[in-house]
Amino acid sequence: MELIDHSVFNLIIFVLAIFVGYYVVWSVTPALHTPLMAVTNAISSVIIVGALVAMGSGSTIALVFGFIAVVLAAVNIFGGFAVTHRMLAMFKKRG
Amino acid sequence: MSPNLAAIGYLIAAVCFIVSLRGLSSPATSQRGLQAGILGMGLAIVITLLSLQQPSVLAYVLIAAALVIGGGAGFYIARTVAMTAMPQLVAAFHSLVGLAAVFVAAGAFASPEAFHILVPGTTDTIKGLSLVEMGLGAVVGAITFTGSIIAFAKLQAIMGSAPIMLPARHLINIAIGVAILLLLIWLIVAQSTTAFVLLILFSLLIGVLLIIPIGGADMPVVVSMLNSYSGWAAAGIGFTLNNQALIITGALVGSSGAILSYIMCKAMNRSFISVILGGFGESGGAAVAGGEQKPVKSGAAEDAAFMMQNAQKVIIVPGYGMAVAQAQHSVRELYDALTKEGVEVKFAIHPVAGRMPGHMNVLLAEANIPYDVVFEMDDINSEFGQADVAYVIGANDITNPAAKTDKTSPIYGMPVLDVDRAKAVFFVKRSMAAGYAGIENTLFSQDNTMMLFGDAKKMTESIVKAMSGGGH
Repeated sequence: MELIDHSVFNLIIFVLAIFVGYYVVWSVTPALHTPLMAVTNAISSVIIVGALVAMGSGSTIALVFGFIAVVLAAVNIFGGFAVTHRMLAMFKKRG
Repeated sequence: MSPNLAAIGYLIAAVCFIVSLRGLSSPATSQRGLQAGILGMGLAIVITLLSLQQPSVLAYVLIAAALVIGGGAGFYIARTVAMTAMPQLVAAFHSLVGLAAVFVAAGAFASPEAFHILVPGTTDTIKGLSLVEMGLGAVVGAITFTGSIIAFAKLQAIMGSAPIMLPARHLINIAIGVAILLLLIWLIVAQSTTAFVLLILFSLLIGVLLIIPIGGADMPVVVSMLNSYSGWAAAGIGFTLNNQALIITGALVGSSGAILSYIMCKAMNRSFISVILGGFGESGGAAVAGGEQKPVKSGAAEDAAFMMQNAQKVIIVPGYGMAVAQAQHSVRELYDALTKEGVEVKFAIHPVAGRMPGHMNVLLAEANIPYDVVFEMDDINSEFGQADVAYVIGANDITNPAAKTDKTSPIYGMPVLDVDRAKAVFFVKRSMAAGYAGIENTLFSQDNTMMLFGDAKKMTESIVKAMSGGGH
């Protein structure tokens, strides 16, 4: 049997992950929908991975583009997690 | 680091992200979930740093600098932002993810060898499939970027929240859409830098055009939708990088935003398409001015204080007006005063109250109102019939009984809070102007409704004062 292309593997993972996301997100309580948006924001900044690869590629222009992208993603990662923490810390039970 | 080991590491990071979303199923487990998310992110960054191709010392210095600059700014913003400004903060954050995706795609285009996307045996020919993935990532990223900037400007009131309707806007949008498609094909066929740059420029433009016709109260849908887009952009880049952590995370975030958009649309009884096409509420004021105004009863803070003090059960219904007036802390005082009198107080939250999903819950939590007295619409709607007083503060359309009965009403069919069934209704409002949808609220003229005209915060404070002053 021939080997399956990378992109097809990735497509399989992508589709399965959409289903995981679907079921996990429906289980999130509506009261926490704002923190949900803040935290998804932070984790989608894992795109920083691509920015780091660009910076470490040895090409000057990729270094510049990567630098900008790392700064932008870092704002989101640190800001997103910090603001989510701040919000979640406010949710308290009675008494 | 070996690619296999790195892939396992990225898998663990992705699992951490899933666990972090799962934690949000209850406030009790949410902090632990957040820690998992932070762990996953740290892991992904460390693995990447250990697997860099040709890292120069300069690159490491610049990476550290970028993390310090970006991270510092992010921390500062997160610590200082007001809770009422959360919708615009989230919109601003979305724009950054979008722009980062554009720059990563540009980096991959400029340095394809580092991303392992060259056709084997060549030095500068990028694989066709990689160009598709990269192009799509850049397009969605650019749309997310400018779309979020417009959403931010509307939420921050830099721009008016009214829809901006260009003539022939659908035609313009379709033309740009076709242009983007053609540019994408050009990019794939010729690997042209010009095509890549034009592709991004057109995508930036359509991002603006897509959001300007959408009005302020539809922002919950827009913010959720952009949340979704930022996920799809990340997934697109993940395909280019052949990085599974990025693909999985992008899919999670993309479906999360899509679900939130769906919930918001359903709560407004509108189709996603009609929200995206925009223009809702544009001809609002005129319709009301034309209709005859039914007489309403207007009362004072003392009346509300008296009724609430002697009630057994009070349900408070907050809306966007509470956020605008920053009244959440006064509402907390009211909650305390009533609870002290032995009155049962509950809060009723409509899914689209405020400017983003869960907006009201965060504000009430900020004011230290315990989350177990705050209920979603479906859980509390049946209780309005037993409530002695419903106190509506800064909400309008989401309480309008016309949505249930009047088939000619534009909001007919939208699920609303059954405020009209409470024995007495106090409705805080600045003036008799109509709500966002431009529809008269039939609740106002009901026999059991008393209007309290004034600022939400001042009125609530006056009620608390009247209660302590009135004495038993």
